[in-house]
Amino acid sequence: MREISVKKITEAVAEMSVNANSFLGEDVCERITECRKKEDWPAAAEILSKIEENIRIAREDLVPLCQDTGMACVFIEIGQDVHVVGGSIEEAVNEGVRKGYTEGYLRKSIVKDPIRRGNTGDNTPAHIHYEIVPGDRLKIVLAPKGFGSENMSRIKMFAPAAGENGVKDFIVNCVEEAGANPCPPVVVGVGIGGTFDRAALMAKQALLRPMKDSNPDPYYAEMENELLERINSLGIGPQGFGGRTTALAVKIQTYPTHIAGMPVAVNINCHVSRHREVIL
Amino acid sequence: MEKMLVYPYDKEKLKELKAGDSVLISGTVYTARDAAHKRIVEMIENGEKPPFEIEGSIIYYVGPTPAKPGKAIGSAGPTTSYRMDSYAPLLLDLGQAAMIGKGQRSEEVKAAAVRNGAVYLAAIGGAAALIAKSVRSAEVIAFEDLGAEAVRKLEVENFPAVVVIDAYGNDYYESGRLQYKNGNK
Repeated sequence: MREISVKKITEAVAEMSVNANSFLGEDVCERITECRKKEDWPAAAEILSKIEENIRIAREDLVPLCQDTGMACVFIEIGQDVHVVGGSIEEAVNEGVRKGYTEGYLRKSIVKDPIRRGNTGDNTPAHIHYEIVPGDRLKIVLAPKGFGSENMSRIKMFAPAAGENGVKDFIVNCVEEAGANPCPPVVVGVGIGGTFDRAALMAKQALLRPMKDSNPDPYYAEMENELLERINSLGIGPQGFGGRTTALAVKIQTYPTHIAGMPVAVNINCHVSRHREVIL
Repeated sequence: MEKMLVYPYDKEKLKELKAGDSVLISGTVYTARDAAHKRIVEMIENGEKPPFEIEGSIIYYVGPTPAKPGKAIGSAGPTTSYRMDSYAPLLLDLGQAAMIGKGQRSEEVKAAAVRNGAVYLAAIGGAAALIAKSVRSAEVIAFEDLGAEAVRKLEVENFPAVVVIDAYGNDYYESGRLQYKNGNK
């Protein structure tokens, strides 16, 4: 049994909160640059170059890329041979968010009640998802999720008869209806199968995949490419002002499902597609 | 080439702006988003004086990050505008000159802009560090308890935005996409 102190978890979460908000992953930066070079509409290329400039300023000045520094979505994989000591893991994560968002000059965007509102003042609580895996390591992924794009996400419980085309049309329509709202170019995370909640979780986890990777199943890898092409033919473009670059990537995750169902969830992320990870 | 929009923002100047134009704004801009709009509209409906003069104002839909020491403001990009759609027509009817945000607006907001000669501008969503560089000063003037959502008086210089809905009701989200599609046939 390997012991890991909750203090380590707090420190890691605090550091990732600040870094995720100021340093965009290299893969996302590279994808934006590639898209600017391929963009066939000058006004759209101009917007993408301003987005690249924003990335540079955030990195050099250590300031947030976006004022919406998000709800802290934390994905934890706990090795079954790990023993977390010194306190509660949930409190440790929230203490890390509190520290990172307060000391790092990040925006506090969380209200304590969805209807009655009231800002909690320290961006807690985080949304935490736990998974138990083999081994003696503890992996933490922190993804600050902005709600401009979160609000444009959709879920639908299809009948199996809707088939492949029903699923694909739903995903493309979701991006088209979102239009300029989620700050295109977007990253489209898709979860297909499982249950109502599992589909939504997979859609969010799909956003964590590196830009370059494809679904390991060639059928879904092909669908990712086809959907990206269809979305980039919509003409919405960066910020919705017209252009080719509406999406940077489409990522699909799947899971077996029930004979009666075919859940599909679409979680949209903006071009500030942020996350950091650490293995303790 | 950008058009300059300099305070005071009288309606005659706004007539010159066309959907799709790039503009650089200089002067006073007030910030307000969801919670502040709710309170401002409630104050007006209760016959109270809102925290700033609505007539001739530009309202920027933003909740900035806290300013680091020595900085005027933190990162300050636009939030999605449709959430202010239910409040905006009343403010436009009181003479609000312009709204800055991002994303589509309702037909009601568009109609209110046209009947009052107001405009809707978009700043680049997610380019908050870049946009913050055009903010010279920021001062909380109301609703401090709302934190990021408090009303701030900003002084901006060459703040970059794009005209989305002009005073004639043209919508750049529709025309820009159409122009691109026609240009690429």
